[in-house]
Amino acid sequence: MPRRHIIKQISVFVNNEPGRLAKIAKMLSEEGIDICAFNIAEASGFGVFRAIVREPDRAYSRLKERGVIVKETEVIAIPMQDRPGGLFEAAAVLGEEGINIEYGYAYSGKGGATFFIRVDDTESAIKALTDRGVKLMQEGDL
Amino acid sequence: MYWNARMECMPKEELKRHQFRELKTLVYRLYSFNNFYRDRMKEQGVHPDDIQSLEDIRKLPFMHKQDLRDHYPTKLFTSTRDEVVRYHVSSGTTGKPTLVGYTAQDIEFWTDSLARALTSIGIGTGDVVQVSYGYGLFTGGLGLHYGAERVGATVLPASVGNTERQLELMIDLEVTAIACTPSYMIHMGEVAKKLGIDFQRDTKLRKAVLGAEPWSEGMRQHIQETLGIQAYDIYGTSELSGPMFTECEERNGIHVWGDVAIVEILDPETEEPVPEGEEGELVITVLKKEAMPMIRYRIRDLTYALEEKCECGRTSARIGRISGRTDDMLIIRGINIFPSQVEHTLMNIPEVGEQFMIILDRKGALDVMTVQTELCPDHFSDKMSDMMAIKKKIDSDMKKYLNISVNVELMDPGSLPRFEGKAKRVIDKRVF
Repeated sequence: MPRRHIIKQISVFVNNEPGRLAKIAKMLSEEGIDICAFNIAEASGFGVFRAIVREPDRAYSRLKERGVIVKETEVIAIPMQDRPGGLFEAAAVLGEEGINIEYGYAYSGKGGATFFIRVDDTESAIKALTDRGVKLMQEGDL
Repeated sequence: MYWNARMECMPKEELKRHQFRELKTLVYRLYSFNNFYRDRMKEQGVHPDDIQSLEDIRKLPFMHKQDLRDHYPTKLFTSTRDEVVRYHVSSGTTGKPTLVGYTAQDIEFWTDSLARALTSIGIGTGDVVQVSYGYGLFTGGLGLHYGAERVGATVLPASVGNTERQLELMIDLEVTAIACTPSYMIHMGEVAKKLGIDFQRDTKLRKAVLGAEPWSEGMRQHIQETLGIQAYDIYGTSELSGPMFTECEERNGIHVWGDVAIVEILDPETEEPVPEGEEGELVITVLKKEAMPMIRYRIRDLTYALEEKCECGRTSARIGRISGRTDDMLIIRGINIFPSQVEHTLMNIPEVGEQFMIILDRKGALDVMTVQTELCPDHFSDKMSDMMAIKKKIDSDMKKYLNISVNVELMDPGSLPRFEGKAKRVIDKRVF
């Protein structure tokens, strides 16, 4: 079952108000939630803060209780330490399968670099990648 | 110089007799031939025979913008489709626009009124007039165009936008007068400065006829000093046909031609006349209008009236600069917008809530309107493309219903102020 390869990401709406991101970061720290990796996408007037956190379910419900617009999203984590061309290989597999990468971001943890990707069909992506021998991480690996 | 010396300088008493005759004829005509006006007069308990003097105009019922909306599109028309030669449209409050129809004679009355006005500020044959009001559904462009052609000027129908090109044409064609909004005039001045164009040195521009949005004496001084030109105030609304009246060379009030319209200044609460020179709500009766007569139309603009003869020799009543409104209508880049239009637009977009704030500001000389609205949590997406699609949808709906580009800001739910009682949803940071 490929679901064990699904990593939960929390996505938070950040409006234009100055200091809004700082407020959200403060809430997470007050709740004792560790951020492993994050990424910010911005447009004129608003942004989306995406983060991989230690306890995504708790983070989601805590932020929601505090009136923040938050959503849980499924992403895939590809370890980058294996060998050169790993990212290319994964991207090529998804391309051949007609699966779109919506966005991606990397972080460098103690076990090496990891690339998180958000695709339009997570389960098919996991199946295609694992079938082709691309190694994926699980939540416990982070 | 007068365009129509007899009417413009008619002795006051004679002018009043003339107004009374015109009013009486108008009231009889409407009572006899139009259900709307007859029903209104009957409701008010007034018969045309009761109009025995000019002052009896106060017995007549008012007309409101709501009447135009309620009878959209053509139910207020007193002319047939065959007789109507043009429509103009202005934005309504809840998506329904206000339609105005014109017979050939109405266009003639309108053009003649502006011909008198332009002559009174010394614009005529030999002048090149750049009309930088919008051409189209808005009345400004075509109105000034016809008026300027009538006085024998050469018209450059520049419309709005593309300021660099407008400046180039102004220089190349030796434009002597311009008609536009005061904020666009300031904007042109700023663009000219950036391009190294000196209005005094490089252009022949001497006069500007400015209006369609609120402005102040301070703005007039600023424009006159920075550009080295003379600026004149123009007044009108689409319900009156369009821009109709201007100041004369004296620039002490806007001449409202007595044979064209009757001016009343009323206390908006008591609906009684205020003493001459005191501020109140402007109520206008248009004596010369065929397709869509306007009797005691409450424009909702605040101003004062001057009755005495002007230094220029003209005898008609003058009104002062418009100082404000008795309703919540906003004028942004010359376009009329009601906060209810914003509300109505947002109500039809499920991705956002119904709370909103409007913030008005100036960027350079141009008005910028920002609408803040709350994002519905269910529609939040981590994908930027989804979020941009929501924003784009709001942007294009706003543009569609308000006829103006708006900055839309998505906010967190519950972050906008809630109001008990009368909502204050507009923050106007513009300086007039």
